[in-house]
Amino acid sequence: MKTKLLNGCEASAEGAISAGCKFYAGYPITPQNRYPEYMSEKMEETGGIFIQAESEVSSINMVFGAAAAGFRCMTSSSSPGISLMQEGISYLSGCELPAVIINMNRGGPGLGDVTPSQSDYFQATRGGGHGDYRTIVLAPWSCQEIYDYTYMAFDLADRYRNPVLVLGDGLIAQMYETVKIKPKKRRFPKKNWAVDGCSGRKPNSLKSLFLTPGVLEAHNWKLAAKFAKIEKREVRFEEYWCNNAPYIVVSYGTCARIAKEAVDRARKEGLNIGLFRPISLWPFPYRDAGAFIKNAKKILVVEMNLGQMIDDIKIAAANSSARLFFYGRPGGGVHDPDEIYKEIKKK
Amino acid sequence: MKVIYQKPESLTSTTSTYCPGCGHGIIQKIIAEVIDELNIRTKTIGVAPVGCAVLSYNYFNFDVTEAAHGRAPAVATAIKRLLPNRIVFTYQGDGDLAAIGTAEIIHAATRGENLSVFFINNAVYGMTKGQMAPTTIPGQKTTTTIAGRNPEIHGYPLRICELLSSIDGIRYLERTTTSDIPGIIATKKAIKRAFLHQIGNNKGMAFVEILATCPTNWKKTPSESMVWIKEVMEKYYPVKIYKEPHEIIK
Repeated sequence: MKTKLLNGCEASAEGAISAGCKFYAGYPITPQNRYPEYMSEKMEETGGIFIQAESEVSSINMVFGAAAAGFRCMTSSSSPGISLMQEGISYLSGCELPAVIINMNRGGPGLGDVTPSQSDYFQATRGGGHGDYRTIVLAPWSCQEIYDYTYMAFDLADRYRNPVLVLGDGLIAQMYETVKIKPKKRRFPKKNWAVDGCSGRKPNSLKSLFLTPGVLEAHNWKLAAKFAKIEKREVRFEEYWCNNAPYIVVSYGTCARIAKEAVDRARKEGLNIGLFRPISLWPFPYRDAGAFIKNAKKILVVEMNLGQMIDDIKIAAANSSARLFFYGRPGGGVHDPDEIYKEIKKK
Repeated sequence: MKVIYQKPESLTSTTSTYCPGCGHGIIQKIIAEVIDELNIRTKTIGVAPVGCAVLSYNYFNFDVTEAAHGRAPAVATAIKRLLPNRIVFTYQGDGDLAAIGTAEIIHAATRGENLSVFFINNAVYGMTKGQMAPTTIPGQKTTTTIAGRNPEIHGYPLRICELLSSIDGIRYLERTTTSDIPGIIATKKAIKRAFLHQIGNNKGMAFVEILATCPTNWKKTPSESMVWIKEVMEKYYPVKIYKEPHEIIK
């Protein structure tokens, strides 16, 4: 196993390459410009295709074409670009096409700024596009994790024939850490549904349009069954000291890593406090979060936004009498561990 | 017994939902005939637009994928880059290619993607029942220009071949008509040239604009519609070769 010093963009790109990604289309946007730059070199080196598209709209539709042709494919962007991709993500889900999308979340709304944020949680987990669909969302907190989860995202996308979003932020995109690189994946699932020429078989067609009455409803029920299976099998989270803890901090992504430092400090001072960290934001670990929250007295949700994941915690805490607190910073504000520590003490 | 005429293998037996006298029926049939004649059915991948022709995956007997409105050139770009030995074409209407998808077609052409693009210009939005298209002729009545398109208010029609002719990545560019039998024969030739350009691994895009009828939304009979193409559309959109496919035909 090789080890490399990489920033979050490069680590994620390496994860994609290890997973056998053959196609990348993207458009420059800060704070993830290193992603298309890195991929322009690496796709050529590894025999894949890199295209700098004319827009994020075009990027995601190129990804649609690459997925339709049966290849592992991806795009990366940051918040405003991801907004432009929502139509395409809806089509990917509707046509049941596997693809990986990376969002290095920056401050919004509008053009916002280029600093780290978690303000796209709703967009990511509720599906910013139209229609009844779901996107698997993974939230890494280190360069190693963004490597691992990008790799895993390709497998999940193929397994469920659905787009998978890796939700990073401006912080993870820019920070450098050592990353262990896996051997390159060589065996891939067969895609007998792809449109790659109908030699020796009946023609395939990929579509999300079903005009005959009842057919679209049936298609949606089929998707619903798939989403239910994902909810059952693909829940991921991590917890520290949550068992029987009266106080629990809930946070995800890089924000959780910052929060962990504050929790560590409070524990050293004798406070019985835990940290719960959802990794799959959809499917959300409602049951597991709920089990820990059930017996807790106070919950502090920490997010780099005005309070979005807290809605999911409210659902998870439905059977709990714990009091819920929120400490967030929107618009590119990044917490300091000290701030979170003070917030813990206050509550 | 000698077979002198039969349905092309590249068409399914599905009953078409196109209106009587609609240009799509003629054009999709000659595309299917050309694919049969070139013996490329099992290596052809079609990209359908949004609009009336979205249903073409029901009619073509080869691999076809849907694309979001206007994005067919982006979808086709990826397919062709990843499968360079396949024959990839897009089939797009005027709303799809000349309005919502102008960025995608211009940049696919600019990159010189090795695609065959068939652009069906019937000067109106068909599937949504007849609103003004970018190619609607001045004076033409549509459901959003009930007194006729007035350039002072609604702007001028967009001439796509003229626009694309300045792009180096386009290597073959022709506008044809389906207003009469010679026009349809010439259209079939142009479609064949567009495929041959790609089969010959010639770099760059082959683009054919085809003037077509939409009797339902034009509120004309099929035969009146043919006359309207000839007398009105062909005046605004000259039928000619804009870029010769020099190195294609052997």
